[in-house]
Amino acid sequence: MPGENIALKASKISKIYKRGIEEIPAVNGVSLEIQSGEFVSFIGPSGSGKTTLINILGCLDNPTSGKLVIAGREIFSSGKFFSESALTRIRREYFGYIFQNFHLIPTLSVYENVAVPLTFFRKKDVSDADIEKLLEILGLGKRMRHLPGQLSGGEMQRVAIARALVNKPLILLADEPTGNLDSQRSGDIGNILKELNRKEGITMILVTHNPQLAKLGDRIVEMRDGNIV
Amino acid sequence: MKIYQIAYKNLFGKKVRSTLTIIGIALSAWVLASLIGFNRGYESSLSRDIDNMGFQIILTAKGCPYEAATLMLKGGTGLKYLPEKVASDIASDKEVKRLSTMLMQAVFDPNKGESGGIMAYQGVDPANYPQMKTYLKFKQGKWFKNQTAYEAVLGYEAAELEQREVGDKILIPGKNIELTVVGILQRSGTQDDGTIFIPVKTVQKIFGMEGKITGVGIQVNQGVDMAKFEEKLYKLPDVQVVSMAQVKQTILNLVSTARVMVLSIAVIAIIISMVGVINTILMSVYERFREIGILKSMGAMPRDIFFMIWIETVILCSIGGLIGNTIAYVLSKITGIIVRSILPYAPTGDLVSIDPGLIITTSLTIIVIGFLSGIYPAFKAARIRPIESIRKED
Repeated sequence: MPGENIALKASKISKIYKRGIEEIPAVNGVSLEIQSGEFVSFIGPSGSGKTTLINILGCLDNPTSGKLVIAGREIFSSGKFFSESALTRIRREYFGYIFQNFHLIPTLSVYENVAVPLTFFRKKDVSDADIEKLLEILGLGKRMRHLPGQLSGGEMQRVAIARALVNKPLILLADEPTGNLDSQRSGDIGNILKELNRKEGITMILVTHNPQLAKLGDRIVEMRDGNIV
Repeated sequence: MKIYQIAYKNLFGKKVRSTLTIIGIALSAWVLASLIGFNRGYESSLSRDIDNMGFQIILTAKGCPYEAATLMLKGGTGLKYLPEKVASDIASDKEVKRLSTMLMQAVFDPNKGESGGIMAYQGVDPANYPQMKTYLKFKQGKWFKNQTAYEAVLGYEAAELEQREVGDKILIPGKNIELTVVGILQRSGTQDDGTIFIPVKTVQKIFGMEGKITGVGIQVNQGVDMAKFEEKLYKLPDVQVVSMAQVKQTILNLVSTARVMVLSIAVIAIIISMVGVINTILMSVYERFREIGILKSMGAMPRDIFFMIWIETVILCSIGGLIGNTIAYVLSKITGIIVRSILPYAPTGDLVSIDPGLIITTSLTIIVIGFLSGIYPAFKAARIRPIESIRKED
């Protein structure tokens, strides 16, 4: 069930890419609200602008125009451009990310991969014990000392989920998290995300081509040609 | 987890690449330390060889002074002879502390080695020569009894080669004359180690060279104006005056010219190593483009990434530098032997002088190079934007 507080509010977000003198609009003045604890799935064909929108909502990129408020804090407003360092500070405060490719560090163990974000930033209420707890929850308790190369695709994605959650983010942003997995493992990952949303109350933003996965969301947002339809 | 642990584990995880890079750096460090060590060793050995001659001026028959000096340094004979009177004429000069007449003679010994060899004898003045070469110490025995004794003193290596002890006889080939070995010198690390010393009068008699000498070694009194004294000696007819200070300066000037070349080679070695390190780390950065992007999406600041990549470079250079310098230190003697076998003339003593001070200097140089080499790849990595790495994924 959607929470009462607004986790994220986007107003008239636009993103225009320039190629020489040509301007290519990717997102056209999109506005939306996501409640705290809500699970929102974004679907749409390739080139519909969903990934671009999610990147802006996740503070991975600046919008060309528009306004973004996260947990009551105004992030983007028209004409204000954030440096990479400023974006990083916002990201580590509010977001966890899961991508199609897991991008685990091959030379670090499962435990160390999950601990990596804490190397750079650690919220006050996060302890090393949380790493083990998370890995236990995700069914990786016995794989902590393994290297990524010794894991299956599904296990690697679960490690990536643990890594995304270790700093207790407000919003978990998953961009095609099952794109590299078979249908059974995709279902497992989907269920994990749903459980985390339901039990831990984590706000979930999911981008997927998979209609079955999208149905896990409280709400499905469909995008086409840079607009929400 | 600390950033340096991530850096270290990344290097450790890519063993082959890291090892090859470390080998490259180690070789550069080795070349750098050995070249500088050679430069220092050669200069100090040469300097010591000249100082250890025990005299500041040599008089020889007219000819090329440097050729004469080189022959003296190599323990060879002079090309021409001087009348012995030259020595007695200047012996009474107040500037002269003491002098030694010298007569070098060499004969072919068919029994030496497999196909024969040259035996050289150095005739010296028994009264003065020992006092001029005070650093020569005896392993056995002592100097000659008198000016005309049929006796010989062998340098350490000469005694080893001839397998003689005090009391043994040595035969002068072709002359059927035997000399008694009265002394064997301790190792001095100079050309004297390979020399057979005989009283000058005895050499003159054996070789029929009465009244002739090949040189005079002069030790001057302290405080003497060398330039004025040399000026006086220049007036002697048919005499070549060789000032050891000048010879030393000239040779050291030549050596310092060579030093520029040696250091240029060292700099080239360093540049090659730097380019190798930059290339390796840059490749690693490009390979980890997405990984670095993801780290930044997870909260790594540009300075964190910069530090992570930089520290990898410094770790590689520190390990490589340490290994290279250790090899240079351990193998300095062998390097010296190899270099000696290549050079037409090399002074005695350690040709490659590597001490802890040099090791520390070259190690620090390599680490500084690591710091410098790491800047560009680390800067490139720090500038990677997560959005770019995610786009690359699509």
